[in-house]
Order: sequence, then structure tokens, then C-alpha cells
Amino acid sequence: MTGEQFVFLAVSGLTIVAGILVVTLRNLFHAALAMMLSFLGVAGIYIMLGAGFLAAAQLLIYIGAISILIIFAIMLTRRMMQAQDTPFNSQAGAGLVTAVLSFILLVFVITRLWRNEIFDSPPEVPTAIMNQIVVQLGSDFVSPGAYVIPFIVASMLLLAALIGAVYVAWPQVEDEA
Amino acid sequence: MQIDPIELLVRALDLTILAYLREQFAEQPTALLIVNIVIVLTLATVPLLMVFVVGWTERKVLARMQDRIGPNRVGGRYGVLQMVADVVKMMTKEVIIPAGADRWAYLSAPVLAVMTSVLLFAVLPLAPAVIGVDLNVAVFYVLAISSVSVVAILLAGWGSNNKYALLGAFRSVAQLVSYEVPMILSILVPILLARSMSTIGLVEAQNIPFIVFVPVAALIFFVSSLAETGRSPFDLLEAESEIVAGFHTEYTGMYFGLFMAGEYIAIMFMCALFSTAFLGGYRFFGLEELTTTIMGYPFFVGNLIGAAALFIKSAIIFFIFMWLRGTLPRFRIDQLLNFNWKFMVPFSLVLLFTVAVLDKLIFVWFPDITDGGRALIHLASNLLIAAATIEILRRRIQRQRRALEPAVVAEATPDLEHAHAH
Repeated sequence: MTGEQFVFLAVSGLTIVAGILVVTLRNLFHAALAMMLSFLGVAGIYIMLGAGFLAAAQLLIYIGAISILIIFAIMLTRRMMQAQDTPFNSQAGAGLVTAVLSFILLVFVITRLWRNEIFDSPPEVPTAIMNQIVVQLGSDFVSPGAYVIPFIVASMLLLAALIGAVYVAWPQVEDEA
Repeated sequence: MQIDPIELLVRALDLTILAYLREQFAEQPTALLIVNIVIVLTLATVPLLMVFVVGWTERKVLARMQDRIGPNRVGGRYGVLQMVADVVKMMTKEVIIPAGADRWAYLSAPVLAVMTSVLLFAVLPLAPAVIGVDLNVAVFYVLAISSVSVVAILLAGWGSNNKYALLGAFRSVAQLVSYEVPMILSILVPILLARSMSTIGLVEAQNIPFIVFVPVAALIFFVSSLAETGRSPFDLLEAESEIVAGFHTEYTGMYFGLFMAGEYIAIMFMCALFSTAFLGGYRFFGLEELTTTIMGYPFFVGNLIGAAALFIKSAIIFFIFMWLRGTLPRFRIDQLLNFNWKFMVPFSLVLLFTVAVLDKLIFVWFPDITDGGRALIHLASNLLIAAATIEILRRRIQRQRRALEPAVVAEATPDLEHAHAH
């Protein structure tokens, strides 16, 4: 077993165990922490794939922002110090359907790619591109030949969310004033 | 694999030993792994040891500013070993875990706090070739890691089973999350100017330090890094007059010491990052490129000069940190958040857009402009923005004063106001 395989097994093991903990822990706060660990494992897999930018984005967005948001939501909605709750609730059926569909998708993708040469040797990327990969990403986002439309749509969505947040947080103006 | 002991010694002296070892063992994966682990341990230990120096310096300098002597007993007249004594004291203290505390969260929070600070040093270039790892997304990596430090604070606050700790953690997180925004927006300005997110790329692009290009962005970054590290005047997380001691109220002994160490390491890194992004990092009038020969081996004396330059620049920034702590009164939490969202964020957004558009236009209008010309144009636009902002703020405050004046008059003469009302 090479060092890389060992690290891969460790990182994916962390991801899976943490993922299982997320759905089985009875303490919601602990479940949120386990979810962070799981996100961390995914970031580790990105690093092993040579996608440093994606890994940093994973850390920044999923651990630094989304998990914090979830923890705040847990702290502010439950009675804070007794976040004991059963993880099995009325959405078990929907969860089962989602899980089965995701599993089928994964099996489908993996069996299609199995024995593909991509597994034997990763595609060679010139170092010039690897060094400028963020620049490339940035110019692809705004070039008409690439991803400008998805980029603008995502920006509009975020802008709408921002305006919505400001509107919700805006102090109510009294009528008689 | 043969390693020449003399060459190893020379490499150790000019700080390139880590890169040298990596090169020597590049062909042997297992040995390379061990070398890399050694590199990580070295990079993680140096900032931890630096905490002793930084902590002592701060106490001494602050004492002088407040007309005191400061540490003067342990380790000679200047109290050099005071921090060592403090750490020994903390180590020998009992670690108390409060009743009802969440053990996992409580015990992992201080470790995480130190970890997130130490991890930052991986991308700090000490000299032209002396860096843990030259990531092409280094600045992004720094932002990602420092956003994780918020988790440590939440863990500490929640795990302590203490409402004051939890409230303190909420306030800390509110402060850190909000000041992250202007910090990111203002560090984007040097990234735009350098066309690179790697820390080495940032330094190499600064033939003229970026503080000359964009002094206002540097100021914003400085203020938000003060807030990110919880320094005065943004230190209401742990000030004596505030909610007890914030998120680390319940921590004792070395667990509390770990939070302190993490904080000092983060401060050191912020000073170094400021130097790297705005003051030219390890660059010192080209002296950082000097090489000579010792015993037949090339000796990069420039590395030592570069490291010294970075150290001195960071030390100056750290001195300003201490100076502010010795001088300024503290913000209230509402002032702090208002200042961020109503001033810093919009201001840094305007600044970022101006620099982005202007830098494009400069290269369209003057395709072969020198660095000096580019710096002058950016400097002019920056000063213009600053002047406009000050004017807008002045008018706004005048308007607020004028609106307040009748009320002030009325308060001074209550009877008159009463008569008016009827």
C-alpha cells in the first residue's frame, strides 16, 4: 500500500464515519460537528485530487459558513443546552428515496467509468495550466464561450438573496409615523 | 543517497534546508514523507516558540506606554523569561472541566484554536525560496483556514455549559464573521494588482510596495485584521469590563494558555500577511537576491536579509498593534457591528471596484506604463476616494448634529419645551 492510498483510506474513512455519525447521533450539536468533520474529509479528497482551490472553497463555504449557520440555527431554535432530539423524524421516507436515488446515480457513474483508463493514470495537465488554474477559472467565468451565463444567473440569485435578507431585516416602519 | 554534511550545514545556515532535503529525497516516497513531516513540525513549532518573544515584547512595550516597568523579575533585569514562568505556571495548574460541560467540544476547542493559527504559517514566504508550500491559492487558503477558527470559538462557548461563555462566543462569532468581509474585500485589492493569489506571486509583483498604490485598502485591511484577531479597540470579547471573559471564561491552566497562544500566533501571522501583501514582504531593495559562496557551496545570504526584512516589517506592524492597544478606548458591540456593515463593507466594495476598473483602464490607455506611473494613478484615485468619503461622513455627522440640536436645547430647558407642547 502506498502512502497515497493510505491517506486516501484515512480521509475517506473519516468522511464516511463522520457521515454516519451525522445521522445517528442523538445530540444535534454533535451531529453538526460530525458534519463538519465529514466536510473536512471531502476537502482532503479534493486536495488528493490536486484541486487546491476547490478544497479551500470547501473549507471556506461548507465549514466556515454553512456549518456555522446550521449551528446557529440549532442554538437559536432548540432549547440551547438540551439539544437532545431523535434523528428519526417524519421525513424518513423522503430521506430514503433521496438516498436510494443518489446511490443508484453513484453506482451508475462508477460502473460506467470502471476499467476506464482514467483510473490507471490521471490525465496529464501541463504545469503551465496548473499554475494559472485560478486565472483560467476566472476568465472562463466571464468569457462568452464558457460559463458566463451560469455565472450571471448565480450572481443574480445571490443578489436576490442579499436583497431579500436586507428586506427581512429592515426595521418595520410604523404606519402612523 | 548521499548527503554532504557541509552542504547540509550551509543549507541550514541560509534557511533553504527544507527545500534542499525535499530535493534530495524527491525519488524516495517514504523518506520524502518523513522529510515532509519534519518540515511540518518545524513550521508549526517556530511560531509556537515565537509566542514567548511576542508575549514578552507586548507586555514590556504596553507597560512602558502606561508608565509602568512591566516584567522585571524572572530572567534578569528585563524579565525576559517571564513568559516561560507563566507557561510553567499554567502547565502545573489543574485543568477543570465544568460540570455538565460537553467534554468533546470543551477539550477540542483550544486545540482547534491553535491548529487553525499554526496552519496559516504554511504559506508565509520568509525569503525568496523559503516557504512551507507555494500554493497558487495561498491567500484563499488563509481565508479558508481563518474561517474555521470561528468553529473553535463556538465549540468553546457551547461546550463550557456556561451562559456567559455562550453569549461571549456569539458575540465573538458575530465580530469575526462580519469583519471577515472587509478583510477579504481589501486583500483582494493587492491580489488584483499582482494578478496572483500566491503569496510568493504577491511579493514578486511588488517592485513598489502596494501600500504606495492603495494606502486606503491597506488601512482597511489593517483595521479588519485588528478586529479578526480580537485586538484593541475591538477586544471587547475578553475585556475585563465585558461579559466576563468571553468564550474562554471556563478554561483553566494550559487550555486557557492554548487560546492565548493561538491568538498570538494569529496576530503574528496577520502582521506578516500585512507585510507580505502591502509592504513587499521579504523584499529589501534587491538585497534579498544576494548570493555568495561558502566552502564551495552557493550561500543565499539574501535569504537571511529577506527573513530579517520580513521580520522587521512585521515587527513595525505589531508595534502599531500594541500602540493602538495602549491608546484607544474600546468599541461597544453595536458600534463595532455598525462600523463594519455601514462603513467598512461598502467602502471596501467601492475601493475594490475602483481599483479593478482603473487597473484595466490603465493598461488599455497606457499599454507600456511603468510601475511608478501605475502607482501614481492608483494613489491618486485612492486619495480621491478617501477625501470624498471623509466629506460625505462630515456632512452626515453635521446633519445628525443639527437634528439633535433642538432636543439638546429642550433638555437644557424642560419648562420651555413643556410650554410649547401645550
